[in-house]
Amino acid sequence: MAAVNSRKLAIVAVVGIIGTFAWLLYGGLDKNVVYFWTPKELIAKGDAGFEKPVRLGGQVKPGTVKWDDKTLDLRFVITDVDGVSDIAVHSKGAPPQMFRDAMGVVVEGRYGRDKVFQSSSLMVKHSNEYKAPKPGQNGKDMVKTLMQGNSTT
Amino acid sequence: MFFIPFAIRRGRRDWVALAYSAVYTNFLLITVATVAMVWALVTHDFSVSYVSQVGSKATPLFYTIISLWGALEGSILFWAWVLAMYAAAVVWINANRPGNLVPYAATALMGISLFFGILLIGPADPFKSVFPVPLDGPGPNPLLQNHILMAVHPPLLYLGYVGMSVPFAFAVGAMLSGEVLTDDWIKITRRWTLSSWGLLSAAIIAGMWWSYEVLGWGGYWAWDPVENASFMPWLTATAFLHSVMVQERRGMLRLWNLNLVVGTFVLTILGTFLTRSGIISSVHAFTTGTIGYYFLAFIAVTLLVALALVAGTSGRLKDENRFDAPASRETVFLLNNLFLTAFMFTVLLGTLFPLVAESVRGIKVSVGEPFFNRMSLPMIVALLFLMGVGPAMPWKRTSMAELKGKLLPPLIGATVMLVIAVAFGARNFYALVTFTFVGFSGASNKFEIWYGIRARHRAHGENYLTALFRLMAGNRRRYGGYVAHLGILTVALGIAASSTFRTETEATLKPGDSMTVSGHTVRLKQVWGREEVQRSVIGATLEIVKNGTVTGTIEPKMNFYPTSQQPVPTPQVKSSIAGDLYANLQAFRPDGSSATIRLIYEPMVPWIWFGGMIVVLGSVLSILPTRSRA
Repeated sequence: MAAVNSRKLAIVAVVGIIGTFAWLLYGGLDKNVVYFWTPKELIAKGDAGFEKPVRLGGQVKPGTVKWDDKTLDLRFVITDVDGVSDIAVHSKGAPPQMFRDAMGVVVEGRYGRDKVFQSSSLMVKHSNEYKAPKPGQNGKDMVKTLMQGNSTT
Repeated sequence: MFFIPFAIRRGRRDWVALAYSAVYTNFLLITVATVAMVWALVTHDFSVSYVSQVGSKATPLFYTIISLWGALEGSILFWAWVLAMYAAAVVWINANRPGNLVPYAATALMGISLFFGILLIGPADPFKSVFPVPLDGPGPNPLLQNHILMAVHPPLLYLGYVGMSVPFAFAVGAMLSGEVLTDDWIKITRRWTLSSWGLLSAAIIAGMWWSYEVLGWGGYWAWDPVENASFMPWLTATAFLHSVMVQERRGMLRLWNLNLVVGTFVLTILGTFLTRSGIISSVHAFTTGTIGYYFLAFIAVTLLVALALVAGTSGRLKDENRFDAPASRETVFLLNNLFLTAFMFTVLLGTLFPLVAESVRGIKVSVGEPFFNRMSLPMIVALLFLMGVGPAMPWKRTSMAELKGKLLPPLIGATVMLVIAVAFGARNFYALVTFTFVGFSGASNKFEIWYGIRARHRAHGENYLTALFRLMAGNRRRYGGYVAHLGILTVALGIAASSTFRTETEATLKPGDSMTVSGHTVRLKQVWGREEVQRSVIGATLEIVKNGTVTGTIEPKMNFYPTSQQPVPTPQVKSSIAGDLYANLQAFRPDGSSATIRLIYEPMVPWIWFGGMIVVLGSVLSILPTRSRA
């Protein structure tokens, strides 16, 4: 009798868990999945690509970064490896200090019908390979510049 | 050097004493290996592959030592060492126990140890020799040498994570030896489970703290796969801590408990797989090698063996009692288990979905925070509520009259918290429910302790403080549990308050300019640079201004490590019991003429860390042996 009862409870628990699961799958996951696309893929979606939560990954197109430190508006163009599929990105807030041309980035946000991708977060792709920073862009040089600036003012 | 333990380990198990000394030898040899590695790190022996990977002459000694767990190979070695230590301790403590339970459990532990041994001679060999020997190395990952919590979070996590193999080993041992019919294995492993749980809780909190202090985004939890990896076994272990009481008190849920123990262990291995295999890119994933396949194979083998054992045992395992009444503590524990397990499955689903989607359908997706928040909040508030109901409910059955008296203080607590939350401007449904239930359960648990104190005061005429200490000492387990509840509730309060009332702003300031976030004003004094041994530092000094006078400074920085293209943000936090003022240097003009600052005010964040300490206190209380009662 006792064993039967415990088994019943186990069944109830399992059914409960599966039920919750089904509910979750149905209601939650579908709408909250964020697709990872490259600019080329996003453009290829056409209308279906607009106003969806997307992670867009590509490279910063050289010469397109505009950062206004008064209004905190950051605008740049993300390009695909093919170099022709471009998407304009707008985000609020300062770019990472070392943000520069041709760097790999991932932005999360929505692609608006005005063909501007509104980004809510910006991540820089870290490559594991070691590359020496360019002169003037490593910490030592920046500290030097900064101290010169401070002594002249 | 590494072949010896494995050769010994495969020795004859029928000579149990011999096998036990093999367990000690295993510990000894892995200790030698670990010490050798630390020595190699400290002496900068770059002929050792691991040292050439994480070592650097410029790194301070402290960070050199802790880089033992700063990359894949070293962390696997450290893991193996902790496991060997636990195995030796288990055998040492239980060596004289008759029966086959302990030998079988030791075998299971050695089996796990064997797996990590294979990793260490295969895909994660830290002692490969490097030729030609480099003159210097790159040093540890900058993110991992930027904060002192790196010395705290990983060891705690390993101790907690690996500790879960002890109850697992005993569960396997119990099933193999047939001693599963007695509940001895549960009694033997109680302290192990509790201490591992306490360590894991502390590790999770320390990880949140690290992320808050280092990553510069002002948050502490993002449902990142690596966070989930530590959280899932915590959920099942928490479920186990509760349901095991039902087994001890009432001889029920035996099969279920076996499943929870197996599940918890498999989740720790799965977590290691997720974080160490490179399948998910993060600060924890060090490399993309073949190690993932080893883990998958080990998970598959473990699941097959354990589930076969559980299936074989299930026929013999009978519960002694059944549930008497729907309103009883057993029922609350059952619901607690149901929610915790469902919670774990939700997190598991959200964590694994992207991996499955990519490998099956070839699409790259991620499951965002909204999914986790929406799915977990109902379960979290349900658990917060049960935390208040459970302690008030007696075992077996309860009468409404009894319950009414006991539920009065919690209801008052709930009302007070609700009023406070509304007064402060909380309008979000879940935030309000969370505050209400925290008030409810907080009052319930405090009153349970209070009833105990009052009873002692009346019976023995002790003053209240003495009564509190004697009460805690007399029934450590029960009151340790209530203290842990209060800790969790404090954490919940901190999380609810900081996420509901957080305000942030970002601005570019010239020296002399100021910015304000919810009543806190800071003024930029200077942007400066400084050279340190292993890094270059650029910082902004901000004065905290209150009513026209400077009351302090806050100094967010950026650390530039020579091996990293990206500077490591180093926010500064000014904490008070009411909340944190959090400043991060986002960007600066190279000439120092301006700095872009993100300023965040987050109420009650320190309560999360403080609550974590209360949880640890609660588990320590429950672990300490109960002195014979006066």
